[in-house]
Amino acid sequence: MLTINKTGEEGYLIISLEGEVDASNSVELDEVIQEVINEDIKNILVNAHELQYISSAGLGVFMSYLEDFKEKNIQFIIYGLNEKVMNVFHILGLDQLMNIKDTREAAEKSLHEA
Amino acid sequence: MKHELKLYCEKSQLAELRTFISKTLIPAKLNDISQNQLILAVEEVCANLIIHSHDCDPHSFLLLNVHLNADTIIFEITDSGKAFNLIEYKSPEVNSVMKERRKGGLGLLLVRKIMDKIEFETNHSINTCRLIKKLNSK
Repeated sequence: MLTINKTGEEGYLIISLEGEVDASNSVELDEVIQEVINEDIKNILVNAHELQYISSAGLGVFMSYLEDFKEKNIQFIIYGLNEKVMNVFHILGLDQLMNIKDTREAAEKSLHEA
Repeated sequence: MKHELKLYCEKSQLAELRTFISKTLIPAKLNDISQNQLILAVEEVCANLIIHSHDCDPHSFLLLNVHLNADTIIFEITDSGKAFNLIEYKSPEVNSVMKERRKGGLGLLLVRKIMDKIEFETNHSINTCRLIKKLNSK
């Protein structure tokens, strides 16, 4: 089960993920990211505090947009990953390829520094 | 001890698979990270079979057997679909997945990094994939 919410904040948008991302629902995550890119939003934060699980289907969605983010100058920052989920990013070294922060404050700070 | 799950080839069954493995692994007393890794590795193999070998046909199924031993945990997945030999499958590099904007390809890489040994055999059109994790390793 996955619930995705978008919240507009001043200067950025937060995509909040709640539940589990696997091959049955990763397309929902894909659609939301595509939507946000189409809306020409340049600062995107992903709140992963309530994300309990992610499989390669979900990781693949993030990975498939990294080049777009670079080309379109989009800041994409994930924050609040729990230990288990962070470990999955780490196994593949994705924590080196993506901007991942512990807290929303750290993510906001990273936006301002960019 | 032996535990078995019959998993029908629908992606919606993956949540049930995770619940089954979590319950089965309770006696192994793994920490959260290790347990999550094993659930993930088994799910990646099953998702791959469901999608690529069985085209998400809800009438076909996989059988998962979990053997909890003193020094290893063995997950044995059998099916009778198109054989997919994941030992011969060459996982792409993470960087090429990114550059090519691919959404797939990372699953079996995860399986290889998490498990200590992967075995595959086909016998009279029954395929068996064995994922072996040594306890107190990696």
